[in-house]
Amino acid sequence: MNQFAISATNLVKEFKANKHVVTAINGLSLQVAPGETYGLIGPDGAGKTTTTRVILGLLSRTSGESSVLGFDSMNDMYEIRKRVGYIAQQFSLPPPLTVMENMLFFAGIHSVSSEQQKKRIPELLAFAGLSEFMNRLAGKLSGGMKKKLALACSLIHEPQVVMLDEPTLGVDPVSRREFWNLLGNLRAERGLTIFVCTHYMDEAERCTRVGLMYEGKLIVDDSPANIKRIIPGHVLEFMPSDFAAARKLCNEMDGVLEVQTYGDKLHVFVGDVAKRKPQIEAALASQGITHDNLREIEVRMEEAFISLIRRQKESVEQDGMLTQKSEMSGEI
Amino acid sequence: MSAELFVTQSQVTPILVQNLTRRFGAFTAVDDVSFSVQAGEVFGWLGPNGAGKTTTIRMLLGLIKPSSGSAFVSGFNSATQTKLVHAHVGYMSQQFTLYNDLTAMQNIRFYGGVHGLSSDELRQRISEIIQMAGLVGRENTLTGSLSGGWKQRLALGCAIVHHPKVVFLDEPTAGVDPISRRQFWELIYQMAKDGVTVLVTTHYMDEAELCQRVGFISAGRLVALDSVSQLKLTQMRGQVLEINVSDPEKAVRILKAAQQSHQVPLDEVALYGAQIHAVVPDAQEYNDAIQRLLTQDNIRVNSIEWIAPTLEDVFISSVKARVDAN
Amino acid sequence: MQFDFQRLGALMRKETIQILRDRRFIMLFLGLTFVQLFVYSYAASRTVYHLPMAVVDQSQDPTSRSFVQALVNSQYFDATMYLDDQSQAKQAIDKSQVKAALIIPPHFAASVDQHSANFLMLLDGSDQFAVRSGYSAAGLVAQNFGLQMSAESVALTGAMPSLSDSLPINTSTQILYNPDLNDKWFVIPGIIGMILQTLAIEQAAIFLVRDREWGTMEQILATPVRQLELILSKMIPLSILCLLAFGISVGLGIFWFGVPFHGNLFLYFWLALLFLASCLGLGLVISTRATTQFEAETSSMIFMLFGLLLTGLFYPRTGMPLIPQLIGDIAPLTYFIRISRGIYMKGVGLSFVWGDALILVIYTLIVVGISSKTFKMRLD
Repeated sequence: MNQFAISATNLVKEFKANKHVVTAINGLSLQVAPGETYGLIGPDGAGKTTTTRVILGLLSRTSGESSVLGFDSMNDMYEIRKRVGYIAQQFSLPPPLTVMENMLFFAGIHSVSSEQQKKRIPELLAFAGLSEFMNRLAGKLSGGMKKKLALACSLIHEPQVVMLDEPTLGVDPVSRREFWNLLGNLRAERGLTIFVCTHYMDEAERCTRVGLMYEGKLIVDDSPANIKRIIPGHVLEFMPSDFAAARKLCNEMDGVLEVQTYGDKLHVFVGDVAKRKPQIEAALASQGITHDNLREIEVRMEEAFISLIRRQKESVEQDGMLTQKSEMSGEI
Repeated sequence: MSAELFVTQSQVTPILVQNLTRRFGAFTAVDDVSFSVQAGEVFGWLGPNGAGKTTTIRMLLGLIKPSSGSAFVSGFNSATQTKLVHAHVGYMSQQFTLYNDLTAMQNIRFYGGVHGLSSDELRQRISEIIQMAGLVGRENTLTGSLSGGWKQRLALGCAIVHHPKVVFLDEPTAGVDPISRRQFWELIYQMAKDGVTVLVTTHYMDEAELCQRVGFISAGRLVALDSVSQLKLTQMRGQVLEINVSDPEKAVRILKAAQQSHQVPLDEVALYGAQIHAVVPDAQEYNDAIQRLLTQDNIRVNSIEWIAPTLEDVFISSVKARVDAN
Repeated sequence: MQFDFQRLGALMRKETIQILRDRRFIMLFLGLTFVQLFVYSYAASRTVYHLPMAVVDQSQDPTSRSFVQALVNSQYFDATMYLDDQSQAKQAIDKSQVKAALIIPPHFAASVDQHSANFLMLLDGSDQFAVRSGYSAAGLVAQNFGLQMSAESVALTGAMPSLSDSLPINTSTQILYNPDLNDKWFVIPGIIGMILQTLAIEQAAIFLVRDREWGTMEQILATPVRQLELILSKMIPLSILCLLAFGISVGLGIFWFGVPFHGNLFLYFWLALLFLASCLGLGLVISTRATTQFEAETSSMIFMLFGLLLTGLFYPRTGMPLIPQLIGDIAPLTYFIRISRGIYMKGVGLSFVWGDALILVIYTLIVVGISSKTFKMRLD
């Protein structure tokens, strides 16, 4: 028996599009222990959704191994489906069914006995805050309520693992916070293993471990705290009067590791704040660029994400493996 | 103040909303909202679903009429001078209304044509927008085969093809990765530098932090209107504690129980990765109480830190305050 | 086999609720059933009555006059103008003043007596239905008139009048099963098949695609639901609806349109069920290939067109060139129309229609085979 809730080893998935082969997953390996909340992040087209689908057995794999709770994704797909809750990205519950009918439907296809249904459905509706909306059509729920209903439906068979593909897309901040608090409760109270794909770095911070996917591979796999530590140095933030000139200046300065834009502000990565801060201030002043208070800020997942992706790109380009300029080549 | 007055002024307020109200039957979608946005400002218009965000934008665009109050864009009354408003406004919705079976360039040309640009102007704008969106070399790629970030920037380009002085962006970055979002915000600020006024809505508060000023709307009412840093100082009810413990799952269960029994006045307790975030009325006052509570149950407390609230914390706090007040 | 009736029950309940809440579907269902029956049997009726006719009576004797009267009495023709000669008559047709022109040569009465009477009927060939109705009506009337004469009915093609094609009077036609040549008798058994085919193919095609478009399919695939359960849950409620439509149309055919049912109703039902299975299977094949509802609908429209044009519903297949005939063979309706007409109108038993029934069995096996091969419980 495998001790991992979710496991993938050298996973490869290729799609045949017209005449050429597109590699969506390129030798990915990851392990998620029971009870973890694992966040899979990465730029558009990195292969997050494909990975989720292959692990669940919704797509066949080209090579490698993948399993959930020790069951092979390809051969034991029905065993997996019995034990996993899933919310697909373009998820939609049958809209003409009411909240209650949806719950009954998912209970029925998961062979939940009627006594268990009587017990669990009210519990789950209360948990998702949907008790008052039992008779509302799923199609008439707000975005946030739909997602919460989806979560409730995916939990009806008491799964040991839930896999969520961008579950909060288009959901407002209040509902999103509620959704994540629900996930936290599931982790705290039931030890549920949660696997979530997301674009949002503040959500990634709520995971116990985060995998950063890039071009079909996992390039970082660690806790959010450690990932932020991987980022070299410290981040200084300021708003210059001449944005373009200040960025150019900082990019060319010694001791500056990286420059990121942040709206009308610049984030400058330096190794030694005490040394570099006065140097930057002086350089800006010499160019006649004024700015607001130049201050050190805490590195967030977002800064870490952008920095890691950029470095990965550069190293791949140096290896000469990437012949075509990819989307990420835009200046950041 | 009347619309005429604004038109005659040399410095017209790009977006001016006065006591704007819109009722749908018995339901008040927008309730006496007033604010203004200055030239070159990037203004975040935030609120939960159904709070009246989109209704406000639709009234600003003259797509629906206010029940009372008025909205002015570039000095034109949105309700009565709709055509003039449209000529001066760029609008990009989250659906990116691009034609997937046209090339990038054909899309720009189409929108330019809609806005009545001459062929000379159009030629110039096409090259500017292609440049701006970073689409050089991809002018003739079918829009449908561009990835999310490109499409988003192209949609922005199409929305501003007629050089509007005011731009409305309605959830422009939904479903786009962080790198593309950063690039997009860089474009927004480029426009702002050129004096374009930008009103943007988003569900993502980390992104809203990039706005110079934000307005929160909740249940139709404007509940907060200020710069992000000021809002964090004034609008947050309570303070956020980040708690680092040996067993966060168990610790959360204990804190939730304490919250329910009113043992500790916790506004919110939630797992946050390996940590716990708790909102308390006063960080220093309750630090010890929480520490004691957890140590009693043999949980090792590594640290309890008072952290700065995120804009999302502030937002949720404001919305809750509004809900509680009702 | 891990077939599970609880899962099938849950899936079927969901489908049934979806169907009952889908007002568009209910409208489509009723629309297809009633509109097809009524439109095709009334409006598309190809017998044209009261054709405006010019009369050139060069005999002007009692016999010729009573012949004209007989034509008018038949209700097929109205004598709207009286002209002097054939060229005027042709002009009248060219100007679309009339659809037909009757030219009675001199000495008609005498000729009738000598059993060598002739008359010439000019018909507007640009109006296919007028030609066909007029052609057969004139022949019938002439026969009934009890004259031994040969009728020369000639089709006149639009602007290019030509006088060819003569009809010998002595064609003795005896029409079986449908002595009055009532179009409805001929059309209704075919329409019943058409209704079943359209409903079954289109809805079966849409049912799966709609779930895919809604995003519900991926969600259901991620549960322990099996392929057979999923397919049956869609097909059983749809079959019940189709059988309801079948019952309605057979009932209306017999009691409203008064087309007598000659055969074995029980046999008819079972063969209709077989036909239904082949159509549902075909719909399933379409739905495994289509990605949008629009695509599925368009593909099933093709079969509706085949049904209208190539299966012998309105246009006899015997006169068709090989290629359209072969294309018509793809539509299961081709086989069911023969079965339907055989049982309904002729009252024949299985011994007469077993060939077509066997083809439908093979057809069903093939389409179900293809669809179960292509319909995977995965997304790729």
